[in-house]
Amino acid sequence: MYTQGLDQRGDNAAAPARADDPAALAAFQARIDREEKIEPNDWMPQGYRRTLVRQISQHAHSEIVGMLPEGNWITRAPSLRRKMILLAKVQDEGGHGLYLYSAAETLGVSRAELVGQLLAGKAKYSSIFNYPTLTWADIGAIGWLVDGAAIMNQVPLCRCSYGPYARAMIRICREESFHQRQGYELMLKLARGTPDQKRMAQNALDRWWWPSLMMFGPSDRDSVHSSQNAAWKIKRVSNDELRQKFVDVTVPQGHFLGLTFPDPDLKLDEGTGHWNHGPIDWAEFNRVVAGDGQCNRDRLAARRKAHAEGAWVREAAAAFAAKRAHARAAKAAE
Amino acid sequence: MERRAALFEYLLRLGDSCLVLGHRVSEWCGHAPELEEDIALANVALDLTGQADMLLGYAARIEGKGRDADALAFLRDAWDFRNLLLCERANGDFAHTIVRQFLFDAWQAELYAALARSTDAGLAGIAAKGVKEAQYHLRHSGEWVVRLGDGTDESHARAQAALDEFWPFTGEMFETDAVATELIAAGIAPDMTPVEAAWMRTVDDVLAQATLARPKSGWMQTGGSKGRHGEELGHLLATMQFLPRAYPGAKW
Amino acid sequence: MTTENRADWPLYEVFVRSRNGLAHRHVGSLHAIDGTMAVEMARDVYCRRAEGVSVWVVPSASIVASDPAQKESMFEPMVSKVYRHPTFYEIPPDVKNI
Repeated sequence: MYTQGLDQRGDNAAAPARADDPAALAAFQARIDREEKIEPNDWMPQGYRRTLVRQISQHAHSEIVGMLPEGNWITRAPSLRRKMILLAKVQDEGGHGLYLYSAAETLGVSRAELVGQLLAGKAKYSSIFNYPTLTWADIGAIGWLVDGAAIMNQVPLCRCSYGPYARAMIRICREESFHQRQGYELMLKLARGTPDQKRMAQNALDRWWWPSLMMFGPSDRDSVHSSQNAAWKIKRVSNDELRQKFVDVTVPQGHFLGLTFPDPDLKLDEGTGHWNHGPIDWAEFNRVVAGDGQCNRDRLAARRKAHAEGAWVREAAAAFAAKRAHARAAKAAE
Repeated sequence: MERRAALFEYLLRLGDSCLVLGHRVSEWCGHAPELEEDIALANVALDLTGQADMLLGYAARIEGKGRDADALAFLRDAWDFRNLLLCERANGDFAHTIVRQFLFDAWQAELYAALARSTDAGLAGIAAKGVKEAQYHLRHSGEWVVRLGDGTDESHARAQAALDEFWPFTGEMFETDAVATELIAAGIAPDMTPVEAAWMRTVDDVLAQATLARPKSGWMQTGGSKGRHGEELGHLLATMQFLPRAYPGAKW
Repeated sequence: MTTENRADWPLYEVFVRSRNGLAHRHVGSLHAIDGTMAVEMARDVYCRRAEGVSVWVVPSASIVASDPAQKESMFEPMVSKVYRHPTFYEIPPDVKNI
């Protein structure tokens, strides 16, 4: 994924003027319509660049913040096998955050800048990670529901018009294929386990079901970014379509577990074959997005703490590299 | 000492050290100084936990009482644990974590290399796989010791403080008691004298590059192999063993 | 724009050979202190599933790239040189081994 340095040509003084140039815009749209991938050095409208930086960095932040609720259970995983699975999975999330920050960096913004936005509380990340992981079953519910919802969202992004983002998503989707399966397997173990374990699984489903549906974002009717992003082929399938697809595949999986969904309106429409769900509490969604979820403050505090406590390490490493580079230069000058 | 009992005891020492240190390193997941290092530390924790799984699984088979690796990991109390005291020490800052890891890796890489030639095929097989992991861990922790030691004044001071704190815990790695003597005689475990010499060479080499001073070897802490642990292990186990203890008999 | 530029680690591009016989292929980028650590980071970040047998890292700033604005003058002249391809030549089917 190419660099900030290479990309600066796209940000030179002439760019804003060209951005207004209808001919350039039309040529750009024609490339998109021909399903050509846009690469870092290519000319692109400022709005396209801005949208991508916003979306990719939000996605990256979500992966990084998402390490916290699951990481909360690594030291309490109930078997060596589960400990290794969970650790590998949370590590993957870190890797995915890294791939995505790299993709965003090709657009001329540094990781330090993006992380700075997150730590300053100015950047958004997926609302789901502001809910707490209370019991071990939450690890299963996250894998099954949250990763399941994420996959629905991410698979179409593999065809996104921006090359580095699409390539990162292909890698991420390939690696995440085990994430959902391990979550469902975990739930299955609980659902077929002792009465306490089954109760634990049901309790987790009760708490995670609605937040999972909210992960797809506001209804298409209320989504501000939808139409332009669709034209640019950044987001290729709408929020509501993805949400419906998720509900349709997930409900039978839940029934197989012998669990009940916390939605009295959930009903199969025999005509369409779709599972219709009850109304989503968008007030809760907006509250969590705005910062008043149960864990928003804790999540940011944890990221800020890690960043602050890591500062001397990053500085030491940079100082060491500078010393060695200096020594090499001195030697070469001899 | 009966050889089978000695081998069981020896495997617990190796396995518990991996388990406990792997647990400590896993505590960093999501909290490391930089994203790349977060991922690197998770790999170390994964390797160590995998080694613990194999070593404790083998210990359980040698014991032959129907226990498995999980039963040994999750259903023993602190005084039955046989890990090195060094492994249970709290993470502290990044310098403490790295120095602890380096001292351990340098020991484990030498020990596994020797154990790969063990007359016990089971142990030799585990060590042959583990030595590649240990050598990589050593490379990584060694690189970091050099960078922290020769980085800024602050990082140098932190690394030296960690080294001074952990040095008295290194003597335990080379103890030879009745268990070890029995196994050394049978060619199952190696003589620790050359292992210690090789360890010291590695340590001296890296500390020199890091501009860190090797502490004087005075009184060395001991007790891990007898189950005489520090207070921190009990808290670690309370966290680690919570679920199997709270829901006896449940499968996960 | 950044709060601690002095400690920002430089960006490296990562190339992985997936198995012997194949060329190294660009897989992504990462931040590292120096080349030595970049290789180790690349192993942990991009080879977690045994994707490689060899890794190259290159400081991103060292890459010199062609200018996409000159793509047409750079590459289109080659498109018309069809005589470089074997299919350009007509040989009677009776002639074998050519």
